[in-house]
Amino acid sequence: MTEKLPGTAGDAHLRALRRAIARRKTWDWLFALGGVLALVLALLVFAMLFGQMLKNGLPHLSWDFVSSFPSRRAASAGILSAWVGTSLVMLVTAVVAVPVGVGAGIYLEEYAPKNLLTDIIEINVTNLAGVPSIIYGLLALGLFVYQFGLGQSIAAAGLTLALLILPVVIVATREAIRTIPQNIREGAYACGATKWQMVSQHIIPYSLPGIMTGVIIGLARAIGETAPIITIGALTFIAFLPPSPLGNPEHLISFEWLAAPFTVMPIQMFNWISRPEEAFQANAAAAGLVLVVMTLSMNAVAIGIRYHFRKRIKW
Amino acid sequence: MDSMPLKHSSQQWINPPADHRVGVRAIKRRRHLAERGIESLLLLAALVSVFTTIAIVAILVWESILFFRTVPLFDFLTDRQWTPLFDDAHFGIVALLSGTLTTTVVALLVAIPLGTVLAIYLSEFAPFRVRELAKPFLEMLGGIPTIIYGYFALLFVTPLLQRIYPDLPGFNMLSAGLVMGIMIVPYVSSLSEDAMRAVPMNMREASYALGATRLQTALFVVTPAALSGLASSYILGISRAVGETMVVAIAAGMQPSFTFNPLEPAATITAYIVQVALGDLPHGSIGYQTIFAAGLTLLLITLLFNILGHVLRKHFREAY
Repeated sequence: MTEKLPGTAGDAHLRALRRAIARRKTWDWLFALGGVLALVLALLVFAMLFGQMLKNGLPHLSWDFVSSFPSRRAASAGILSAWVGTSLVMLVTAVVAVPVGVGAGIYLEEYAPKNLLTDIIEINVTNLAGVPSIIYGLLALGLFVYQFGLGQSIAAAGLTLALLILPVVIVATREAIRTIPQNIREGAYACGATKWQMVSQHIIPYSLPGIMTGVIIGLARAIGETAPIITIGALTFIAFLPPSPLGNPEHLISFEWLAAPFTVMPIQMFNWISRPEEAFQANAAAAGLVLVVMTLSMNAVAIGIRYHFRKRIKW
Repeated sequence: MDSMPLKHSSQQWINPPADHRVGVRAIKRRRHLAERGIESLLLLAALVSVFTTIAIVAILVWESILFFRTVPLFDFLTDRQWTPLFDDAHFGIVALLSGTLTTTVVALLVAIPLGTVLAIYLSEFAPFRVRELAKPFLEMLGGIPTIIYGYFALLFVTPLLQRIYPDLPGFNMLSAGLVMGIMIVPYVSSLSEDAMRAVPMNMREASYALGATRLQTALFVVTPAALSGLASSYILGISRAVGETMVVAIAAGMQPSFTFNPLEPAATITAYIVQVALGDLPHGSIGYQTIFAAGLTLLLITLLFNILGHVLRKHFREAY
């Protein structure tokens, strides 16, 4: 309407208004561009990080690298003791963290009465998630290494990392349980199930994808943790393997490996980074490459599980 | 495991014996006991986290008490040198705090703007497809081990910065801080985005109805409403940066010095603990105790930020 009044004050006003709108739309557009740029920057950093390691590490990556012990000569050094150590430490971590974390999650969601103790436990879990990982290392140094006399062993490292990822497992379990509708519980009770029958036959199976996601993400974090393991004083130069758990002549299954000294992937990498010789940097890059591929594929599996089951479950 | 008594009782139901009621009662009692046993086990699992906290505090405080028997608290807080392993030993925590503070500030200067812009973009601007792809990608970026970031800072970012500023030493707090900032962007952006997405849609619709653009809505309606969540994401970022170990230990050097200049090398609290742990200090020596005193300082700082985050969240919580 106002457009049909040429040469009046209304026209000038309208033009000013249009300019203001155009200006604001430009700002809108600029901000969206900024957002895209921030995303591109993150992508670029990731690409540079990965590219740098590929460039330096890939030529060094071979079967020999995976199957040899560390050495004083960079060219013949490998990660055998490191990946075996990482696998065994992760085994201990998973065996401890999964039952304890899932149990704690189930207790807090299904059993816990509303009282002071429950509040304390909940605040604790939240706070523990914010404690720096190196503090867990100090805890382990004082408690596991010296008080319990475990020494710088696989058991001490596995327990430390288990405590470290406990909040991750607990939170994932609780979130998974919370998505299960109340009528599932009521249906089980109506059929005469006891609480534990209801939990073990309904709650645990239905929350399993969520729990698995949390456990895998927690373990992926534990694989890369360096600081707590250094703090308990893990050796960096290990040119032997821990005693095998199987095939021992006296016992079928032995637990000697739990007390063995060890090294893990990130510590081996740290050791190579801190060497002054240039040649060891390539070893560090190759070890880093293996480590990144391990954690990224674990994360991808976790995200995949979540995505897959989120689509499938319909209550 | 409880299916056995159940089967048993149903058989009894078909052929009720004389002591039927007694049998059912016994089964009920046994089942009740099993239920209580399981509940106690689960409670025990939940209490592990409480025991962990108690153990952390007990060990740090105990070793720190031993430490402060030798070193007066006043010296600890006012001395500007940290040389516990030298003959001329000084125990001034500020030399480590300055490194921690500087790297944290550099990291936050990267993480807060970048994380906030990303969060606003992903929550208010990005098309559905972009968000679905960007979120897992950012999550992966946050899942990369910190030692990888340390390697990247020392062998890629530092040489890059040295091209711009040739006098930059090989170990410096700038590149450690920058990389640490990139590292915590995913934490800040994902928590901030969650907070913004929790703002009800009708507030945005009201804003659009008044003629506001997306940016105006995002900045003047959504952001204020999500302020508590944004604040707590920043606090989490700070507490991450303060406690981060490997990036600073690798890229910023392990030499404690009282400086706030990011172009210089300096040790943080965490880097010092790593340095001592790499050596071979006897259990019970003063050097061994220093890492617990340093750890207690670190724990107190992160605890302070956690509490601050909690208070901020409560204080700014908007009710809809």
